[in-house]
Amino acid sequence: MLNASLQALAAALADKQVSSVELTQAALDRIAARNADINAFVHVDPEGALAAARAADARIAAGEAGPLTGIPIAHKDVFCTEGLPTTCASRMLANFVSPYDAHVVARLKQAGSVLVGKTNMDEFAMGSSNENSHFGAARNPWDSTRVPGGSSGGSAAAVAAGMVPVATGTDTGGSVRQPASFCGVTGIKPTYGVVSRYGMIAYASSLDQGGVLARSAADCAPVLSAMAGFDPRDSTSLDRPAEDFGRDLDKPLAGLRIGLPREYFGEGMADDVRGAVEAALDAYRTLGATTVEVSLPNSKLAIPAYYVIAPAEASSNLSRFDGVRYGYRAPEYGDLNDMYAKSRAQGFGAEVKRRILVGTYVLSHGYYDAYYLQAQKLRRLIADDFRQAFGQCDVIAGPTAPSTAYEIGTKCNDPVQMYLGDIYTVAVNLAGLPALSHPAGFGTGSLPVGLQLVGDYFSEARLLNAAHQFQQATDWHARRPPEA
Amino acid sequence: MSLDIEQVKHIARLARIELAPGEAEDALAKLNGIFELVEQMQAVVTTGVEPMSHPQELYQRLRDDAVTEANQRDHFQQVAPATESGLYLVPKVIE
Repeated sequence: MLNASLQALAAALADKQVSSVELTQAALDRIAARNADINAFVHVDPEGALAAARAADARIAAGEAGPLTGIPIAHKDVFCTEGLPTTCASRMLANFVSPYDAHVVARLKQAGSVLVGKTNMDEFAMGSSNENSHFGAARNPWDSTRVPGGSSGGSAAAVAAGMVPVATGTDTGGSVRQPASFCGVTGIKPTYGVVSRYGMIAYASSLDQGGVLARSAADCAPVLSAMAGFDPRDSTSLDRPAEDFGRDLDKPLAGLRIGLPREYFGEGMADDVRGAVEAALDAYRTLGATTVEVSLPNSKLAIPAYYVIAPAEASSNLSRFDGVRYGYRAPEYGDLNDMYAKSRAQGFGAEVKRRILVGTYVLSHGYYDAYYLQAQKLRRLIADDFRQAFGQCDVIAGPTAPSTAYEIGTKCNDPVQMYLGDIYTVAVNLAGLPALSHPAGFGTGSLPVGLQLVGDYFSEARLLNAAHQFQQATDWHARRPPEA
Repeated sequence: MSLDIEQVKHIARLARIELAPGEAEDALAKLNGIFELVEQMQAVVTTGVEPMSHPQELYQRLRDDAVTEANQRDHFQQVAPATESGLYLVPKVIE
């Protein structure tokens, strides 16, 4: 039952074929059976979930249900959830229970979704493999010796393993799309400013954006519609009318112009990824889309610019963790400065500390112009590249990641190698564009390959339309890992 | 450009992160790897390019200077490491 589409689940709930309590219990059972292997969840809340499910059943019985009422959902542990642990997978927040709900969490509660638990992630969303977690790496349901991707690795793994039909994520440099690719699920990151960052623990504020991971584009749409919307508590939230992101799902693709950036199809992409991506593009052509080569000449600058801007903003954002108002405090210390330095040394993991140090350096006296300002100028060039490209095409397509999921432990000691895996995703965040990753086929070892679609600002409905039409014509998204 | 060990220790002091013995050396090697990657930026001429801080070029919204939040001090202090009489406790700052 949990493997059905959200539309089918909503219909079954409305027809009383199943109750939300039954669905929620099925999700909890599935988590109990599989989480020891996958480590997708860092906290499960059976009591709260069943109470929410009973409330949802009452709403359904009263005829007040929406498309998400009674649907089990998981939130990435970067989202504050009132009364529940909110850890960012960090020792720093291991005992933190949020006193309030993130905007996204509140919206999805109002929509009647049933929060079953919080998912594993790279600490403070810094990472591409989910190995940087205080609670241990999450594992890929397709092969538990491999990473699920990151930083929203727990959310992607939870959906792929059939624990929940849908989960939230956040995407600062690819953290929704890359794990979606590695785990064979669909993940969308909207235009920067569409989803409020209130209560989403900040990593790099000018890049962070909430998103959704689910089994299909059609399942992502109603969740994104419920999450999105203006929120005055986020100073970068966009004041736009509410949107139904699923409004164009059924439009035919005839005439859709797909741009293929030559920089994304050069060397660096693994052969098995290339094979699956090319075959998926053929499927799009069969559906009536045309492809045109485009160029994003500054692509190679995206990683350097990202790894200046993101650490700089992180060093500033994470200065709030000082062991005074919340979070970890070292058990022993001398004066106030010693308390800060020891609490932060013990509370943060290695990659978080590295990014804070990089950020502190690039923002320090005498270096600001050469690094942060230069990176922001490159950011403009990168955004201009996309604007030019969208003069020739409606969406841009390419691989989401240069490889399929790799083995746990192979990259975590080499930050630069890890960063280079973000080559196709970070430019989208720098430009603030919407993008999604959907399953495109399988590579060597039956590991999922993702195709990335990037759209112009506010074209989420079109991206979901394209992915949905692809998913009507193919069944890659319906394939399940062996034990799901 | 490459950092030396004293610079790493200085940055760590600025960032209020204590480095354990040996940690500075490991950080040095990894940070220099990262900076080598980042240095590719410097080859690009960006004269006249306006820095981009937000994709939508928003202006900061202003709001009325009015109290909108209720006082929830006790609620929020429940997650604090140490409080007393509504105050956060820290080591003595002034002798």
